[in-house]
Amino acid sequence: MQTLRSRRRATLTRLARYGWVGLMAMLLAACHSDMYSQPKFKTYAPSSFFADGRSSRPNVPGAVAVGQVKTDTYLYTAKVDGVVGAVMPFPVTADLLARGQQQFTIYCSVCHGVAGFGQSIVAERGALVPANFHQQRLRDAPIGHFFDVITNGVYRGDPNNGGYQSMFSYAARVTPEDRWAIAAYIRALQLSQNATVDDVPPAERAQLGR
Amino acid sequence: MGQIFPRNANLLMRLSIFAGLLLAVELTLILGVYFRSNYFRQINVAIEQPVPYSHQLHAGVLGIDCRYCHVSVATSSFANIPATEVCMTCHSQIKSNSEKLAVVRESYATGKSVEWLRVHKVPDFVYFNHSIHINKGIGCANCHGQINTMAVVWQTQPLYMGWCLNCHRNPEKYIRPRDQVFNMDYVQPENQLQFGAELVKQYGVNKAQLTNCSICHR
Repeated sequence: MQTLRSRRRATLTRLARYGWVGLMAMLLAACHSDMYSQPKFKTYAPSSFFADGRSSRPNVPGAVAVGQVKTDTYLYTAKVDGVVGAVMPFPVTADLLARGQQQFTIYCSVCHGVAGFGQSIVAERGALVPANFHQQRLRDAPIGHFFDVITNGVYRGDPNNGGYQSMFSYAARVTPEDRWAIAAYIRALQLSQNATVDDVPPAERAQLGR
Repeated sequence: MGQIFPRNANLLMRLSIFAGLLLAVELTLILGVYFRSNYFRQINVAIEQPVPYSHQLHAGVLGIDCRYCHVSVATSSFANIPATEVCMTCHSQIKSNSEKLAVVRESYATGKSVEWLRVHKVPDFVYFNHSIHINKGIGCANCHGQINTMAVVWQTQPLYMGWCLNCHRNPEKYIRPRDQVFNMDYVQPENQLQFGAELVKQYGVNKAQLTNCSICHR
């Protein structure tokens, strides 16, 4: 005759005998990776949804991101009525020149050389000679010229008629503020090669050793 | 019916219990070692790219700054892979007929992406931000190794959580001056711990906050 106790014992025995199946099932259920690879696109992730295979989409033409309305045309083009200007859109400070030096060293010195003479290890490998910032033409050029060249690059000849781009635009890599900082630093470089003792404040001249 | 098992089978039975336990422990250890191995984490495995681009030549020999191509590293969470246009800035004129650059020229002409392969990966539940590390004095080489000596890039660090925490718990061991972040040959000063502690303070690195879960998992 089955008592309550013996029935309970039988249940326990069955649990001990077959419980591991449930335990293994639970363990397996923990082996999921949906947090490891989540259904989202990280930068540059490919996508089969769009025809070009990219998940990152280009801006809709005409869209303006928050805070990027370009109302100050001189700041963004260095031009007034199509002519490059000769003034900085904001004051030049020592910090700005330091920033300009850093950006110049990263992006410009690769070809133009750290001192701006148009000589560098990269330029040696190419057929073109990068501009020397210390030539008279560029010493006389308005400061906006340098901003304009960094923004638009340089074409040799007519681009629609066999001409080609000898210097590419750096507008995508260097922000407008940094382009102005680089232009200011180029001015400083030019001054450095043509400075006289009279350019040094009288109080500092003793440091020159004369 | 005679006995199937001889008497000494009892001993074998008992031994096999221990052997089974030992096997379970061994399997656990082997799996643990496997998942931590360089093989599983693809450490020191050079990854061939569709274009045989050499960091050793560009960053090492020519001395081009990391930021010339990886422009967004100091301002964005993601250190961008350079656009084809960046390659063409120089290669429209230098080695412009090289067979090795055919993929790049095709990409420039057609607008199709060059399909670079990713070398350094973290799981999707990790929110890694390059810019904060760059701006608080963690050098490129701290995590990526001597990229400027690699003709083909490989991962040198494990990039698992314990490795991250190693620095998040003791940033003073690894921090360097901001102007040395992109210096691939930076050597730590002998008084790094003291010097690093000063930098941690100067750059406003909040050590207590660095080990919060939500610093990396959001």
